[in-house]
Amino acid sequence: MTETTIESKRGTENEVLANLPWDANAPLLEVDNLQVEFHTRDGVAKAINGVSFTLDAGETLGILGESGCGKSVTAQAIMGILDIPPAKITGGSIKLNGVDLLQLDEKTRRHVRANKIAIIFQDALSALNPVFTVGWQLAELYRKHSGASRAQAKAKAVDLLKLVRIPAAEQRVNAFPHQFSGGMRQRVMIAMALALEPDIIIADEPTTALDVTVQAQVMQLLADLQKSQNMGLILITHDMGVVADVVDKITVMYAGDAVERADVYQIYERPAHPYTKALLESIPRVDMKGQELAAIKGLPPPLTQLPPGCSFQPRCRFAKDRCTTEDPPLYDVPGNRKSACHYWEEVFNS
Amino acid sequence: MGRYLARRLLQFIPVVVGTMFLLHYMTMLSIQFGGDPIRALFGDNPPPAQVIEAMRARFGLDNGCLEQKGNPCVGIFWDRMLQYLQFDFGINFRGREITDLVGERWPVTLRLTLIAIIFETIVGVILGVMAGLRKDKFVDNFVRFSTTLLIAFPTFVFGVIIQVLVALALGDWIKAQDYFPTWFKAMFTPVFLSDYPWLSLVIPGLVLGAFSLAAIARLTRTSLIENLRSDYVRTARAKGLAQRRVIGVHTLRNSLIPVVTYIGIDVGTLLGGALVTERIFNIPGVGGLVFQSVTQKDSTVVIAVVTMLTLVFLTANLIVDVFYAVLDPRIRYE
Repeated sequence: MTETTIESKRGTENEVLANLPWDANAPLLEVDNLQVEFHTRDGVAKAINGVSFTLDAGETLGILGESGCGKSVTAQAIMGILDIPPAKITGGSIKLNGVDLLQLDEKTRRHVRANKIAIIFQDALSALNPVFTVGWQLAELYRKHSGASRAQAKAKAVDLLKLVRIPAAEQRVNAFPHQFSGGMRQRVMIAMALALEPDIIIADEPTTALDVTVQAQVMQLLADLQKSQNMGLILITHDMGVVADVVDKITVMYAGDAVERADVYQIYERPAHPYTKALLESIPRVDMKGQELAAIKGLPPPLTQLPPGCSFQPRCRFAKDRCTTEDPPLYDVPGNRKSACHYWEEVFNS
Repeated sequence: MGRYLARRLLQFIPVVVGTMFLLHYMTMLSIQFGGDPIRALFGDNPPPAQVIEAMRARFGLDNGCLEQKGNPCVGIFWDRMLQYLQFDFGINFRGREITDLVGERWPVTLRLTLIAIIFETIVGVILGVMAGLRKDKFVDNFVRFSTTLLIAFPTFVFGVIIQVLVALALGDWIKAQDYFPTWFKAMFTPVFLSDYPWLSLVIPGLVLGAFSLAAIARLTRTSLIENLRSDYVRTARAKGLAQRRVIGVHTLRNSLIPVVTYIGIDVGTLLGGALVTERIFNIPGVGGLVFQSVTQKDSTVVIAVVTMLTLVFLTANLIVDVFYAVLDPRIRYE
């Protein structure tokens, strides 16, 4: 990927990673029935109640949902950077090539981070350390994970900045985060995620804090790099527009549940869950100019007091009595899809 | 940076002149309302009137404005400023040069303040980090409780307690044991020993630094807890760095920025506190000199010494402000 090479690799970290029982036939990432709770003063908040999905190399998965639905918690659980406590993973598994990350000890888990899975955060200004230069923060990865010398690591940092198309990389490498524009800063975050050539990149709302024009550039860059390096990409967003451009398949989350899973075209054509349907209807459209925007009425339930039955039921126009008592399982929907709605057929055919 | 330094140094002038004027006015008022200090020097056995007159003339106290209550005596102030510009700080009532007096006593106060700063910074930061990393656990509660106690105690109470407990009670016991070396015994003495200019200042230094230690510990704790929640610490963890590095490199440096500011301001507090501590432990430092001169209304000494202390304080603050930019690159001085 870059011209500079580091010859003296620090042995132990790579050995530890190489000796894990990887299974080449297993999916790249397989999250199964993941459950996360937060123990707060107001009680136990069920941030994630059984989220499952898989991701293969070169594939892009979109995780879609409004604020507080558990998207970022899912990302941080996969990375292993949840604050424990208050967070607690109460069930499920996160398998990377067949190895359950939740069963690894903290040190091994630490080696997996950045080497195998990397993350891009939403707000690059606060996500980068204000007191170190951008180059130092990139070089740190090579120094600590690959045992590179300061000079080698810095050369690699320059290569990375070039890779994410930052102009005058040789000079910018010595600049501090506050001296970059928003879009350039997010490129630095992307560079940081790419540094150790991970198998998976999780992008947690990577463009939310950016201007619309810059958003498109950053998304394009991310998509290009993902394709050229055949990585798995998990794109977390609440923006249906961003999803449509780059994503292969979608998991829609609501109040800690994965309520629908399908390929991107299927979802746009024919949603099988009332929440997805409502989300799609709320996208502003040029041909509806002048008409009132469709919004989903009400608010998501507080995670400490989830209603019995389906958690979307209080806001759902398809809801019937059964929804208030019976928690919907994930039903199979034609086309290898899933929907957590008792009346998915009704939604599907409406 | 050069322009910034020049501007800051220029700002010294109004601060120093202002401080001098306030001191001057206060001492003038004290003479005008409290009576003639020369007369007070002799108590019950006043010498002949000519002697007193001669002394008044010698110390510049024969000015008519000293009879008029509330008069700021600008003339005396002006003369003093002109003298200071020629590095002439005058003499005390015993006729000794103030520069000599300060030269003798300044090293002692400097040592005392240094001990206090080193002690409060090292112990305060360590306690703060321990408490911050174990928020709401035993260590944290212990640090919070003990620092509240330290802050609540006035230095003069705390100093006397330490003097009685550590320097006297424990010190007497230690002195009675043969196997302790002399230097160790010197540390637990209630007074200053000129043979041990550093060791005999250790306990007074700890007393002097105690209040600020508590403040630094609390500041470090709060700042660390806040930074631990920050996004860039989450990034550092996502980079797969060891916990030690996440805390030591990515969190601590940011957390120490407010601590550095505090230490800069604290130099002034310590110089003021040294006055009390030196009094309790009978240390011949600048604080003792000021105290003695205030009781004697020796305005020449008080104004000269406090002006010098003001300069030290301003310089310390400037050094800290420059250091601040090294710690936090977002700060640039133009």
